[in-house]
Amino acid sequence: MNNWTEITPLDEIPQLGSRVIKTDTMEIAVFRTAADEVFAVKNACPHKAGPLSEGIVHGNSVTCPLHNWNIDLASGEALGPDEGCTNTFPAKVDGGIVYIDLKNSSRAC
Amino acid sequence: MKERLVLVGNGMAGVRTLEELLKYDPEHYDITVFGAEPHPNYNRIMLSPVLAGEKTIDDIILNSRDWYAENGITLHTGDAVVAIDRAARKVKTESGMEVGYDRLLLATGSNPFIIPVPGADKDGVLGFRDIADVDKMLEAAKQYKKAVVIGGGLLGLEAANGLMKNGMDVTIVHLMDILMERQLDHPAAEMLKASLETRGMKFLMQASTAEIVGGDRVSGVKFADGSEVEADLVVMAVGIKPNIELARQAGIHCERGIVVSDTMQTFDPRVYAVGECVQHRGICYGLVAPLFEQGKVAANHLAQIGIARYEGSVTSTKLKVTGIDLFSAGEFNEQEDDETLVLQDPAQGVYKKLVIRDNRIKGAVMYGDTMDGTWYFQLLREGTDISDFRSTILFGQHDVGDAGHGDTARVLSLSDDAEICGCNGVCKGEIVNAIQTKGLFTLDDVKAHTKAASSCGSCAGLVEALLANTVGEGYDAAPSKKAICACTEHSHDDIIKAIKDHELKDMRTVFDFLAWKTPDGCATCRPALNYYLLANWPADYQDDMQSRFINERAHGNIQKDGTYSVVPRMFGGLCTPSDLRAIADVVEKYDVPEMKVTGGQRIDLFGIKKNDLPAVWKDLSDAGFVSGHAYGKAMRTVKTCAGKTWCRFGTQNSTALGVKLEELTWGSWMPHKFKLAVSGCPRNCAEATIKDFGVVCVDSGYELHVGGNGGIKVRVTDLLCKVDSEEEVLEYCGAFTQMYREEAHYLERTAPWVERVSLSYIKSRILDDEAERKALYERFKFGQKFSQIDPWKQRAEGAEAHEFMPLEVVSQ
Ligand SMILES: Cc1cc2nc3c(=O)[nH]c(=O)nc-3n(C[C@H](O)[C@H](O)[C@H](O)COP(=O)(O)OP(=O)(O)OC[C@H]3O[C@@H](n4cnc5c(N)ncnc54)[C@H](O)[C@@H]3O)c2cc1C
Ligand code: SF4
Ligand code: FES
Repeated sequence: MNNWTEITPLDEIPQLGSRVIKTDTMEIAVFRTAADEVFAVKNACPHKAGPLSEGIVHGNSVTCPLHNWNIDLASGEALGPDEGCTNTFPAKVDGGIVYIDLKNSSRAC
Repeated sequence: MKERLVLVGNGMAGVRTLEELLKYDPEHYDITVFGAEPHPNYNRIMLSPVLAGEKTIDDIILNSRDWYAENGITLHTGDAVVAIDRAARKVKTESGMEVGYDRLLLATGSNPFIIPVPGADKDGVLGFRDIADVDKMLEAAKQYKKAVVIGGGLLGLEAANGLMKNGMDVTIVHLMDILMERQLDHPAAEMLKASLETRGMKFLMQASTAEIVGGDRVSGVKFADGSEVEADLVVMAVGIKPNIELARQAGIHCERGIVVSDTMQTFDPRVYAVGECVQHRGICYGLVAPLFEQGKVAANHLAQIGIARYEGSVTSTKLKVTGIDLFSAGEFNEQEDDETLVLQDPAQGVYKKLVIRDNRIKGAVMYGDTMDGTWYFQLLREGTDISDFRSTILFGQHDVGDAGHGDTARVLSLSDDAEICGCNGVCKGEIVNAIQTKGLFTLDDVKAHTKAASSCGSCAGLVEALLANTVGEGYDAAPSKKAICACTEHSHDDIIKAIKDHELKDMRTVFDFLAWKTPDGCATCRPALNYYLLANWPADYQDDMQSRFINERAHGNIQKDGTYSVVPRMFGGLCTPSDLRAIADVVEKYDVPEMKVTGGQRIDLFGIKKNDLPAVWKDLSDAGFVSGHAYGKAMRTVKTCAGKTWCRFGTQNSTALGVKLEELTWGSWMPHKFKLAVSGCPRNCAEATIKDFGVVCVDSGYELHVGGNGGIKVRVTDLLCKVDSEEEVLEYCGAFTQMYREEAHYLERTAPWVERVSLSYIKSRILDDEAERKALYERFKFGQKFSQIDPWKQRAEGAEAHEFMPLEVVSQ
């Protein structure tokens, strides 16, 4: 059972970019890909907690601005030779509005 | 009309000087060359391998007759110059030709010293100097059996080795009790002798030649003690005599050699001299490395650049006898109070000795394992204090432990600035860089591009190891160029060319045109493409913020704690009380925790929170400041000195010129950061010679310097040229900057770029081609129309607001 919270119109997030939302406990980065998919990921790189929202987005991943780890946006897992993962949240676009399920955080590893 | 340059002596030093001169200025002179030998310039050093049958004459030609023709040089071979008329400024040759000169270059080399004993003029008595001598030796080897080589130095041993390879029975006669006493100490010489003896060479040590006996042809050698040996061939290799007869007859001051100053000029300032015929600060050199350095200096002055000085050389030696490794440099025989470090392993045939004074290497002798010779030689020349690694220094630059020895493993562990080719002064980094950027595959390619291994050849093994490793084992299959990232097979150069030639004006088009393998690139290629598009199509391309690194996107430097620092631009480092007050107000208003004066002559405000940035910029912008671009791959600062207004040494108004340069260049995006400086006189208080573009004012104008770098690897600038007016400074600066913007690889600073494409290429576009220079400058100014829009002001007014504001606070 999902618990969708309305976040923002999709247009407020640049393509291949992100916005940050602050909850009481953490920052969450909401990414928008070139194909207009959205992903919500805890804004902390599994390496040394770099701000993923400030990285460069490509395909379905983001490159952390601090040491260039690539993070898969869907699973929160580090790609390539690096290992580690960060929390992700279900996200969807409905009628041009972005929704996130803040209660169902998942962590793949 | 062009000036006329005549070169007398078509040998290694003279022709190298011409090559250097052509690099500086191919058009300045009509050049005529006279050579007494019937050949074009060849590699004299390689006569030893030719004699040993390891190379042919064709292999060792350095400049073919075509080379002379292509460079418009008139070559007369087999015609020696017999007289110089300095009053009428012309030379006269054996065949009666007369040629006038404006500048004369003497490079007559030297002659073998023939010991003046009775019978020295008999048939079968030779020196070892040129192709003719080698031909005669090879001829003799076919008919005769017994050879005597007089002289157990470098040359004598190489001659003896060659004759032995041709089947002769060779005896070496040496006056001293140590072989190669000018290069070796006693233990090393003994090891060498033992090793040559096992190959079949015979030695008569401490033997003083008294007479050459025989009829028309030699039949033996008689010694001072009355003993005698049989000989059908005698090679005298006891030393060389600088060939100064021609110069002396023309009244040019000579001592042992033709005396030259630090600018390689003889006492007649129109007459230059280089090579073995020269005596500089009392020394006559007999190895190519110093002669090539002399050639560089002479060329610099002949091209009328006039800044180079030759200050003498320390030389090192290697013996070119296949299978014997030996190296020596400096003062290898210790004096009183010197210390020596010695490693001796007779079983392995290895001996190394370093002579140390005040913790600095003064000399080195190595036998059997010479791999680290170049490293010791570098430490020696640079006078490096070795205390930190004294205890392991004998084990080599990288004490490799258990990781296999052999050239390959060790050459890889050398640092980039380790010298590989001593003759031509080429470092590892240059070779690797040439292999990578120019796509070189063979030893010959590397020789052609870097000159490494093109003289004595002892470093060929190291170069091959570098090749094998840099290019990869099966080098045929390896791509000749490096792809910019895994998203594509294309290199930086391919991409730049495609964007330009096919007018690709947005990123999607580039991806499609060049068949990118990923949907939207990656964090390596996107910023590069964004830059290339911006640099090439300033009016058409829409800068893509999502393809920029965060610092450039947020227009501030992200600091360790996630806050940002902000640096307002201060043109030329000048400021007013109200500027300072405005900055102080911002600091107080936003609780900026720290401020600092930077090396680029402006003020850095640290610790600003991201969401305060737009407000901070608004306040600064209202006070008249624009962004300093301290965060970007962009034009950073123009550092200036006090200059003529205030400083008693100042020759020009360096501060005002700095402001003009900064007004011209601010806002410009670059492949990497880019810094300028202007100094008011050669005291150079603004450190202009380690900047990307530096101006040093002098009485008569402005020297323009390019390609400098502070930072990890300091590089001093190269002199581009000198100009007369501030307008020209701006034009040349704009043209150079634009050329760098259009042609360098993204994230390549000017220093490596200049080295990669070569200064002469840059000069050919900016100095020699006025139309090109003006066009570059125009393109630069055109691009500036679009980039001199202050990003801070735009953002203070609301642009890209999403970048700075979090979306909303949600309770969980
Ligand atoms: C066998 C051998 C091995 C060597 N090995 C090494 C080595 O391993 N490493 C090293 O560094 N050096 C080595 N050398 C030394 C090196 O070759 C010389 O230092 C170098 O060639 C000197 O260059 P140069 O231009 O001064 O003289 P040269 O190369 O001798 O050129 C002078 C030229 O001028 C010509 N000439 C002279 N007078 C006239 C005139 N009046 N008119 C016209 N032409 C004239 C001569 O015929 C000659 O061709 C070796 C030399 C020899 C012979
Ligand atoms: S560089 Fe020359 S003019 Fe400028 S401050 Fe220094 S001494 Fe004075
Ligand atoms: S913190 Fe993200 S890569 Fe290091």
